[in-house]
Amino acid sequence: VPCPVFMPVGTRGTAKGLTAAQLAALGCRICLGNTFHLGTRPGSELVRRSGGLHGFMDWPHNLLTDSGGFQMVSLLELSEVSEEGVRFQPPHGGEQLLLSPEKSMEIQNALGADIVMQLDDVVSSTTTGPRVEEAMNRSVRWLDRCIAAHARPQQQLLFAIIQGGLDPDLRLRCIRAMTQRDVPGFAIGGLSGGEAKAQFWRTVKLSTEHLPRDKPRYLMGVGYATDLVVCVALGCDMFDCVFPTRTARFGSALVPWGSLQLKNQQFAKDFRPIDADCGCPTCQRYSRAYLHALLRSNTAALHLLTLHNIAYQMKLMGSIRDSIVQQRFPEFVREFMDTMYGGRGGPPAWAREALESVGITLG
Amino acid sequence: GAGRGAAPLALPGCLLYTRTGAAPHLSHDTLREVRGVPGVAHIALPALAEIHDVLEEYKEGAAKFMGMPGAVIYCSLHDPVTPCASGYNTNKTVSLWGSSGRMEMTASKFMDIQRAIQPDWFQCISDGDTISGEAGRKRAKKSVDRSLSFLDICLQLQEKSPELQGSVMFGAIEGGDILEERLRSARETAKRPVGGFLLDGFQGSAMAKETKLKLIASVTAELPEDKPRIIHGVGKPDEVLECIERGVDIFESFFPFQVTERGCALVFSYDCHPDPEAIVLTQNGIQDLEKNGAQEDQEEVSKAEPEMTPFEISLKDKKYHDDFGPLLEGCSCYCCRRHTRAYVHHLLVTNELLAGVLLMMHNFQHYFGFFSAVRDALRDSKLDQLKELVFRQALQ
Repeated sequence: VPCPVFMPVGTRGTAKGLTAAQLAALGCRICLGNTFHLGTRPGSELVRRSGGLHGFMDWPHNLLTDSGGFQMVSLLELSEVSEEGVRFQPPHGGEQLLLSPEKSMEIQNALGADIVMQLDDVVSSTTTGPRVEEAMNRSVRWLDRCIAAHARPQQQLLFAIIQGGLDPDLRLRCIRAMTQRDVPGFAIGGLSGGEAKAQFWRTVKLSTEHLPRDKPRYLMGVGYATDLVVCVALGCDMFDCVFPTRTARFGSALVPWGSLQLKNQQFAKDFRPIDADCGCPTCQRYSRAYLHALLRSNTAALHLLTLHNIAYQMKLMGSIRDSIVQQRFPEFVREFMDTMYGGRGGPPAWAREALESVGITLG
Repeated sequence: GAGRGAAPLALPGCLLYTRTGAAPHLSHDTLREVRGVPGVAHIALPALAEIHDVLEEYKEGAAKFMGMPGAVIYCSLHDPVTPCASGYNTNKTVSLWGSSGRMEMTASKFMDIQRAIQPDWFQCISDGDTISGEAGRKRAKKSVDRSLSFLDICLQLQEKSPELQGSVMFGAIEGGDILEERLRSARETAKRPVGGFLLDGFQGSAMAKETKLKLIASVTAELPEDKPRIIHGVGKPDEVLECIERGVDIFESFFPFQVTERGCALVFSYDCHPDPEAIVLTQNGIQDLEKNGAQEDQEEVSKAEPEMTPFEISLKDKKYHDDFGPLLEGCSCYCCRRHTRAYVHHLLVTNELLAGVLLMMHNFQHYFGFFSAVRDALRDSKLDQLKELVFRQALQ
């Protein structure tokens, strides 16, 4: 998989209304499946019998599954974290379950994704106090348990997840501990959850500065175009986010200068494509006006927008990659910021500062 | 002739049901994966009437606006899937129902909108409000009088409209369930220079089946052989065959859409001469249907999907949870080649959009395959065998 890469999220074994063939045709070579959702419905055993998640979805390329930890903590009313694991009440009935590092690995081994994530003790980035340190230390211990429980290390790459909240000291201690374990990749977790952008970028940069240069850095939950560009500059290689696909289902189309809310009346007679420079199937054939009308009556409109938004993300990452290879990445960043913020008074301060810190100055 | 260019549709055949110009759930490339897609796309007027001003400004016609510049489109007055309330039509107006509610339309306004749409075929505005079952003789007569009056106005307006010179107007045969009115409508409409006929007022279930079939046969007997006859509101395969026997040429394809919306897949067999290997497969398919009838929780299934017909299986049913076979053994559609019943079941249970996409692809391909089989059966004089096969399954 060429990096830097954006991974669309196909939560329940489907890229949200797109067939596997369509997703592959857009150039996507890796996407996400969600252990919590698939583990509860249809269950990992059924997925295993279907030939793993690859067979279940008919996806011939790469897959990454997260550990299930984040969903449990964010989605469930009653979940309780202890050293054992996360105890929770399944949302669709049944008795209380325990998601331990061992259990998470068992499910992910059955799902069979190419990259699997450790179970981490996730706390919100806005949490402060001793809980943050406790979660960080526990995540290190859970990493060891995941490594021990991982039954298929040759077929599936297990990534560690750096925690520590926004505290630089905790982050560094976590990185030092986790890099002592022999894992093929590292994720930067616990961010993208409502924290101030100024702290966000500093924590990302701290992490990338201290993580090994020869292993991929996966920044979880990042997907807005500006964030992607800045975080690539800061040293991240892999990203995932529900934003592009979710926003499509609300009628929003991503463009290099922002987004178009196609349900708005202003597009009723706009006969241009979403983006004349976008070569995706939607832009080749349909106008904003038609999509505006179609949104009222046919889910096909949602799929057309999902197609476009994923194409936009793929194109963005491709441009980033090309500019790095051609040794003109800083120039690319300047052009990107210009297009996105040109008419709006310039890029946000946090983005400016973050780029400055790695030697990219904006006009 | 029927439409711009040579016959775009093999007859008997069906139209491609669309919602605002796109097949339901399907983008252009997913529709392309479906085999046997008919050459004429069916669009209902209400969605286009709601964007009349947009089309007027666009000027180049609805087909191009909807991203299908070369397509042949048929514009019907109503959407077969949207129920129409009764009692709103007048001597001068007909009411349509769209996403923003009721639209009242005169013949003149109707033609204004058609000028902006520039369809290849279109149903002339007509009064078909006789299906509620409460319409008596007087109401049936009115439906015929009004529709003929609308037809004459629209034909005149068409002559004066350069945008509609290549468009074929289909005259609507009305008359409710009154034989004399139906005959009058057929004879009078046939006298006008229409390009085809549209059998209207047979939607719904208020009319007794025998009456319906008798009226259809009587109507088509009055119509010239060389002009196509479309019927609205008929979709189930057994009913399609009955109508074809009685002179109908063209059907809609809203039925596979309805099957999709209730999470079901068409599995009825239409292969009269399966090869010996496939015989087992066909029998499996029929067994599935029989199992539907025999199983203990059949009541539960019927309660969950009251509209379900004997021609389909309900993928939401728990028993498909670990069924790794295709929707229908032997089907070559995208979904059956690449996915399993277990996967589609999972998508339905988790409310994933992809369920609709995959089911629509299968249900359309299966339905279009059925019409192809009908044409083959007619060509080979084997229609009786096909009827026997389909009717046997209708009795599950």
